[in-house]
Amino acid sequence: MEKILLQLRVNGETRQVAVPPNKLLLDVLREDLGLTGSKRGCDDSSCGCCAVLIDGTPMLSCVALAASYVGAEILTVEGLAPPGELHPVQEGFAVSGGAQCGYCTPGFLITTKALLDRNPHPTLEEIREALSSNLCRCTGYMQIYESVRLALERWAQAPRAAGARPSAAEGRD
Amino acid sequence: MAEFSVIGKPMPMTDARAKVTGLGKYTDDLVVPGMLVGKMLHSPYPHARIQRIDTTRAEALPGVKAVATGRDAPNPYGILPIGHDERVFQTDKVRYIGDNVAAVAATSAELAEQALALIEVEYEPLPAVFDPLAAMQVENPEHWIHSNKPRNIEKEYHHVFGDVARGFAEAEIVHAERFYAGEVTHAAMEPHATLAVWEPEERLTVYSSTQVPYYLQRTLSNVCEMPMSRIRVVKPLVGGGFGGKSEVIPLEVAAAVLAKKARRPVKITYTREEVFYAHRGRPISYIDLKVGITREGRITAVEARMVQDGGAYCGYGPVTVLYSGNLLHAIYDIPAARYDGYRVLTNKPACGAMRGHGTVNMRFAFECMLDVLAEMAGLDPAELRRRNLLRAPCVTANQLRVTSYGLPECIERVVERSGWAAKRGKLPFGRGIGMACSHYVSGAANPIIRSNLPHTTVYIKVDRDAGITVYTGASEIGQGSDTIQVQIVAEVLGVRPERIRLVAADTELTPVDLGSYSSRVTFMAGNACLEAARNLRTQLFEAAAKKLGCAPEALQAREERIFSRHDPQRALSFEEAVATALEAQGTLVAKGTYAPPEEARGGTFKGAGVGPSPAYSYSAQTAEVSVDPETGQLTVHRIVVAHDCGRALNPLTVEGQVEGSVYMGFGQAVQEEMLWRNGRLMNPSLLEYRIPTTLETPLIESILVESQDPEGPFGAKEAGEGSLAATLPAIASAVYDAVGVRIHSLPITPEKILAALQEKQRRAAPSQTGNSGGHSGGRP
Repeated sequence: MEKILLQLRVNGETRQVAVPPNKLLLDVLREDLGLTGSKRGCDDSSCGCCAVLIDGTPMLSCVALAASYVGAEILTVEGLAPPGELHPVQEGFAVSGGAQCGYCTPGFLITTKALLDRNPHPTLEEIREALSSNLCRCTGYMQIYESVRLALERWAQAPRAAGARPSAAEGRD
Repeated sequence: MAEFSVIGKPMPMTDARAKVTGLGKYTDDLVVPGMLVGKMLHSPYPHARIQRIDTTRAEALPGVKAVATGRDAPNPYGILPIGHDERVFQTDKVRYIGDNVAAVAATSAELAEQALALIEVEYEPLPAVFDPLAAMQVENPEHWIHSNKPRNIEKEYHHVFGDVARGFAEAEIVHAERFYAGEVTHAAMEPHATLAVWEPEERLTVYSSTQVPYYLQRTLSNVCEMPMSRIRVVKPLVGGGFGGKSEVIPLEVAAAVLAKKARRPVKITYTREEVFYAHRGRPISYIDLKVGITREGRITAVEARMVQDGGAYCGYGPVTVLYSGNLLHAIYDIPAARYDGYRVLTNKPACGAMRGHGTVNMRFAFECMLDVLAEMAGLDPAELRRRNLLRAPCVTANQLRVTSYGLPECIERVVERSGWAAKRGKLPFGRGIGMACSHYVSGAANPIIRSNLPHTTVYIKVDRDAGITVYTGASEIGQGSDTIQVQIVAEVLGVRPERIRLVAADTELTPVDLGSYSSRVTFMAGNACLEAARNLRTQLFEAAAKKLGCAPEALQAREERIFSRHDPQRALSFEEAVATALEAQGTLVAKGTYAPPEEARGGTFKGAGVGPSPAYSYSAQTAEVSVDPETGQLTVHRIVVAHDCGRALNPLTVEGQVEGSVYMGFGQAVQEEMLWRNGRLMNPSLLEYRIPTTLETPLIESILVESQDPEGPFGAKEAGEGSLAATLPAIASAVYDAVGVRIHSLPITPEKILAALQEKQRRAAPSQTGNSGGHSGGRP
């Protein structure tokens, strides 16, 4: 299939790739942009390991054509915080055991960020509801809830500090 | 001063930052220049003779760099020395849908797929058998799955310990029943991946998502006919294993064979569907169990028969069926037991080791049986268990040595935390609470390949930067073993964990460790780390003692200092001590090893090798559920688990392991099952094979019990598997408490509950005057 040239906005930067028009966003991120943080865990959009934010909404990049998202702000796990820093959500998962094998973690981080962006004070039930799109086989989810709780705490302590809220919406304006 | 500086405190995993930034590399993330994509051709038949394989057209396709078939890799292999019945590609016949026939390496995935379609294979279908009970009846040798396995029995074991006949004669209550468990699989989030790199020096470097780099190195040596010393296996980050990566998986061999043939790097990554068919999970199990107790509730005898559906190849099969029998013991005091175990071949993917290996389905049956017997004896289920505790330290009837035993405390802690006394038998109809216990080995005392070699070796290097490098063969697979080893070394050397860098699981750099299976790493690699660190500390103390003018025995290492315990002002910083020691001997190197003591290795009967462990973990659990009697819908609300891990070296990761075990047990208990139809998997995806999400998973409260094992590193035992098995029977017990029906078939689906409720109603209907015992289960 003949390649086409795409301009994508990824993690606040404009990137140009030449890819077949049917190439999935996940494969473009992983193969053409070297952003291997987003993972493939299934064949049928059921695991959530590949979740990225597209204009602030968590989407599964394994069932999205890259060509459909020209002009959109795409945020992957690599873009959650500037290099060397951790977003409060990353800090929460690192400290409270939310990441065991770590394979599902990028997807969970993306989904959690989206949750906290729209609901800064979620109840446990709201957290469970929001994270039900992501599968984790290691934790039994308890330490993930604890990680989200810690993320909330850290976020409250450092509101809008450097790198704390690099939401896609802000990046676009 | 607190007893310890580092251990016993929650410490985030050393690789947490790599994982939360997305920068950590798993096998499929790796790319090397010139890399080819490998794809495998699988059998569409469950059982068929291969008449002809023609790869000419595939080879001719531009962009195809290698096509491999059985001719390229004829040597058989298997994880057990007694089970070398697998070849990476079949040449004579295929034995399950998904069996491997050929593979191609091409410049793109699309070309590799096209090439697969060009390989011509002619099959002559053979009668296939899918049920183990039917497979055992196949008389025609022509139809046996392996010609050297009559009636498809891979292996059978018959054990008798104590006087079973007398035990049943002495019993005042005897109950017998059949239990069933469907097949479940690991479903680690990372699909298997292997990158094999052919090096210009005619060496092979293999990066793989494996729990057993060393066994992979061995197997590749055999299949590729190269000395082990020319094969390097490196384990990058592994996205979960649970046993599914604890033996050599066909893609690992296929990638190596293709790389060798193409003289190019080749990466193969399984699709999720391929992961399901590669499988090696927990087998379908038919269990016939009979247990006798006295009126006081003391177990007098046990009789168990287990038939496991092993699939088409041996794999870990004999080990699985032996764990089922031998770990009937070492949890309760069982004076007499008979066990008949059968591992049967069928035309389905091979089963293997899965978290709680071999113990889970049998433990389900046994704990359900205790629930029944408690009711028959008029005893509280917790009390029945109290009356059958071991008096540890002790040796069981089948010669398992129990050195530490926190089960009594586990039971009391969950009884208290769950509100058991106020709830069991007292909740409104539709709501119930249940209890069960389980246990597991802290590593197998006997290695898979029998020898007297150490099971693990660790060495430590300290050089002029005063950084400490630990070289360990142990495989971090997400359970936190890297972190535990860092903690142990930091504790002994009295340094901050940040001073330590760990190099792990690279056969070229790190000494042999047998792998991450049977919950062995904390105990075994942990003990080796302890010994290595102590040896290194001795060197530091000797040098420091000279400088400080005191005896080495008077020194202590703590908080980055080495000081006299009599005069703490007399001290060197860790850096100063290192510099002093380096002057005398150059780079500091120390080594530690671990081999289980002779007394821990068990008996000498056939099959005695599986089950012995240097120490056993224990778990007790309660599950609280509600059941909708109209629909059979089961909701598990809360699980309280107490796990005896000896000592929690890192409470954060221990709790994570315990909760993860409960989670996996919960999935098998209520919703996971591989559904087969004529050898084809009906649910080979995460959409259809439903592992629990946040919505179904109950809240899990974990309690850590520390029994201080005398031989564990700082008293520690296993934490990653032992709590899985109790979850299933605790839920079954709670279902009975809620609505009065016993579901002894896994998974406990709404359909089964509803059918049992209807059956109960039908039986109750003719006579309304039936006995109405006070027990909860009898509530209308």
